[in-house]
Amino acid sequence: MTWNTFIFGNLSWSVFPTNAIAVGGGVFMVVAFVVVLALITYFKWWKSLWNNWLTSVDHKRIGIMYLIVATVMLVRGGADALLLRTQQATSVGASNGILSSNHFQQIFSAHGSIMIFFVAMGFMFGLINLVLPLQIGSRDVAFPFLNNTSFWLFAAGAVLINFSLIVGDFSAAGWLSYPPLSELAYSPTTGVDYWIWSLQIGGIGSLLSGINFLVTIVKKRCQGMTPMKMPMFVWTVLGSMSLVVFAFPILTATLALLWLDRTLGMHFFTAGGGGNMMMYVNLIWAWGHPEVYILVLPAFGIFSEVVAVFSGKKLAGYASMVGSVIAIVCLSWFVWLHHFFTMGAGADVNTFFGIMTAVIAIPTGVKIFNWIFTMYRGRIRFLTPMLWFMGFAVLFTIGGVAGVVLAEPAADYQLHNSLFLVAHFHTMIVSGVLFGYFAGFTYWFPKIFGFTLNERWGRRAFWAWLVGFILAFVPLYILGFMGATRRLDHYSASLGWQPLFIVAGIGTLIIALGFIFQLVQVVVSIRNRKAARDYSGDPWDGRTLEWSIPSPAPVYNFAVLPVVEARDAFWNTKQEGKSRETNFKDIRMPENSALGILIALFVFFFGFGAVWHMWWLASLGLLGSIVTVIARTFAEPEEYVISATEVALTESSLRDPSAAIAL
Amino acid sequence: MTNETLAQFPEEAKNEDSAVVFGFWMYLMGDFILFAGLFATYAVLRNNTFGGPAGSAIFNLPFVLIETLVLLTSSFTCGLSLLAARKGEARRVVGWLIATVVLGLSFAALEISEFTRLVMAGNGPQRSGFLSAYFTLVEVHGLHVLIGCLWVVALIVAISIRGLTRSNMRKLALWSLFWHFLEIVWIFIFVIVYLLGVMYP
Repeated sequence: MTWNTFIFGNLSWSVFPTNAIAVGGGVFMVVAFVVVLALITYFKWWKSLWNNWLTSVDHKRIGIMYLIVATVMLVRGGADALLLRTQQATSVGASNGILSSNHFQQIFSAHGSIMIFFVAMGFMFGLINLVLPLQIGSRDVAFPFLNNTSFWLFAAGAVLINFSLIVGDFSAAGWLSYPPLSELAYSPTTGVDYWIWSLQIGGIGSLLSGINFLVTIVKKRCQGMTPMKMPMFVWTVLGSMSLVVFAFPILTATLALLWLDRTLGMHFFTAGGGGNMMMYVNLIWAWGHPEVYILVLPAFGIFSEVVAVFSGKKLAGYASMVGSVIAIVCLSWFVWLHHFFTMGAGADVNTFFGIMTAVIAIPTGVKIFNWIFTMYRGRIRFLTPMLWFMGFAVLFTIGGVAGVVLAEPAADYQLHNSLFLVAHFHTMIVSGVLFGYFAGFTYWFPKIFGFTLNERWGRRAFWAWLVGFILAFVPLYILGFMGATRRLDHYSASLGWQPLFIVAGIGTLIIALGFIFQLVQVVVSIRNRKAARDYSGDPWDGRTLEWSIPSPAPVYNFAVLPVVEARDAFWNTKQEGKSRETNFKDIRMPENSALGILIALFVFFFGFGAVWHMWWLASLGLLGSIVTVIARTFAEPEEYVISATEVALTESSLRDPSAAIAL
Repeated sequence: MTNETLAQFPEEAKNEDSAVVFGFWMYLMGDFILFAGLFATYAVLRNNTFGGPAGSAIFNLPFVLIETLVLLTSSFTCGLSLLAARKGEARRVVGWLIATVVLGLSFAALEISEFTRLVMAGNGPQRSGFLSAYFTLVEVHGLHVLIGCLWVVALIVAISIRGLTRSNMRKLALWSLFWHFLEIVWIFIFVIVYLLGVMYP
């Protein structure tokens, strides 16, 4: 080994991209990053940013940071989607479109990985962080420091996956990197290693978050909140997080095994040497299918809150909703094989998994009916969160029925790997998961920031998303039936597919417009924040505990920890006309810590070193993170106390229009 | 938590302890799933010897039995350290912890010598799917043992400096859970990998 390979591993000048689009993306990202850093320096925000945000252990601030990272990643994943759609709309017959075959493959791999791991997971953990402790009447999560560390691990994974845009290339083996394609023999560049390590690092952050929220729900609920008095969102998060704790270790193991194959020449999934590539597919989906429910359950919870509040009624069939969450959690472990019926496991195995897949649609159907029953005879206010729900209810049902079609092994043999499948899971993830998170974002925004979002731009965004979505994905269902397979970078003009691909491309542009409307909505709302200021703390006539405290939620959340007597605890208090508790006491809160970001920085070095075989850097990163963790166990966690008088002052000024607190 | 705030908020301190222990159990359950994945992988690849040796040809049962006894003894000394901690005898706790770490490291050394022997004979993890699965499963356990040893060393230092404070007692309890968890995993490895490997080639 020469000094050069010791220091730089596989890095060399040739790894930097030369393709115009890749260079453009990389340069854009670097410039944007530098501009942000320059602005922070120019406005002298570094100190405040560090003290109030980056090192914060406050769940609300961590939640906001998750949302910011997820939004940035949505831009990246969305740009990928636009490129893919452009390619498929133009690459027909004699034209080869704008992307090379290999680049196209990298982009769809990056699009899928980023959207699931860093957009959907990021939005999910962001929203859970923002409201879960508020809904259970707690001052924070069970482990505030761990929460900060989890966030930074998630962010480190996000940075690492974006590094592939500048240094080297990304995996061209699909978002789940099936072997043997993802093995060293067929993917000799570092692309798959980027995929492995960014998911591994982000995944460990998610696992730690899952443990944190599970313990938070079990141990930190306020007095009187028995399980059947928990808000529905809390139930769904409980289900989702228990899936995280039990599913993510499988992902950790699977990624590690693939890495061992690639790096140490082992034979877990190789084509020769006694490996078994179908084992990879089994393992990855034993994580991957629960992952779908990890994402969608919190969205179900959000809709349960939104529909009840905006219909002015209690949630219909609460007990059956709880039952269906539990049923989904259990059943989600018995359906993974429907992702590869065509593997040929045998008619008996396929039948079992086909039936289980159809069965899991039942508890989901129970939920849809309960939401509709909740709306029945309610005084429905069609505000933006409710619009997202309406869009969801229609699209999700269509996508769900498409899923039941795919659950039939016989039909699946025809539709497997077709665009019908792509349309199906995008319907579930976009209209199910993303619409749910958007509804939750609009609904809870005033609680976190102290003012409501602009309704007009919210509506525009919703309609753009809805129309765009239908235009982008209905053609894919049709194309799937016509035989178009997924991941096509070129097709023959004689097939007559191009018009449908062009419609899908236009749909994607309209979705992009919807996203821009959302950005405009946030900007307009910030500018009008004084007029839209929420002094009541309860702008929607809410039912659950988060609306009982002032907006924006103060750092300690609850001045006096609530005691719950009924389901829809806050609604109950309002009905009984109880006045607010004012017997304030001193509150102790955990101090911020810089060690979380330090741990994640070392882990990032480890990841980058492992990708490029710079083993000194990887060892340094590993050693550094271990030493930091040990140092943390020696440091007694510090706390500060907020005095009762300060609490009283904060409480009154947040609710007092004349106090005019600067937001 | 500082002792001052502890006196001020005793109820919250108790809740915090129980949350930490519950959280650690959740982590252990997750770790069990990780091992379950590796065990499943081993079960699938067990016969994929690809012309290399099968388990029965390379496993040295008496040697593995010694490894097992060393690890089980360390579990015993771990229990003794907890007993001493309950009686508040900090010096004894440290003594038993040192015994545990010595036993843990001996186990790791035995395992490394076993692996070295296999690799030297050309039966390394690259040889076949079976050997990849075998090495990875046992090494991941061994890695856990080493992490456990590192943790004990940190604990020994912490207890020597600060004595049996509430936070040190809690860390000791968590570490002992971790250590017993590793015993249980090893029992599975002993039975499923070694005993069944030799009995049913």
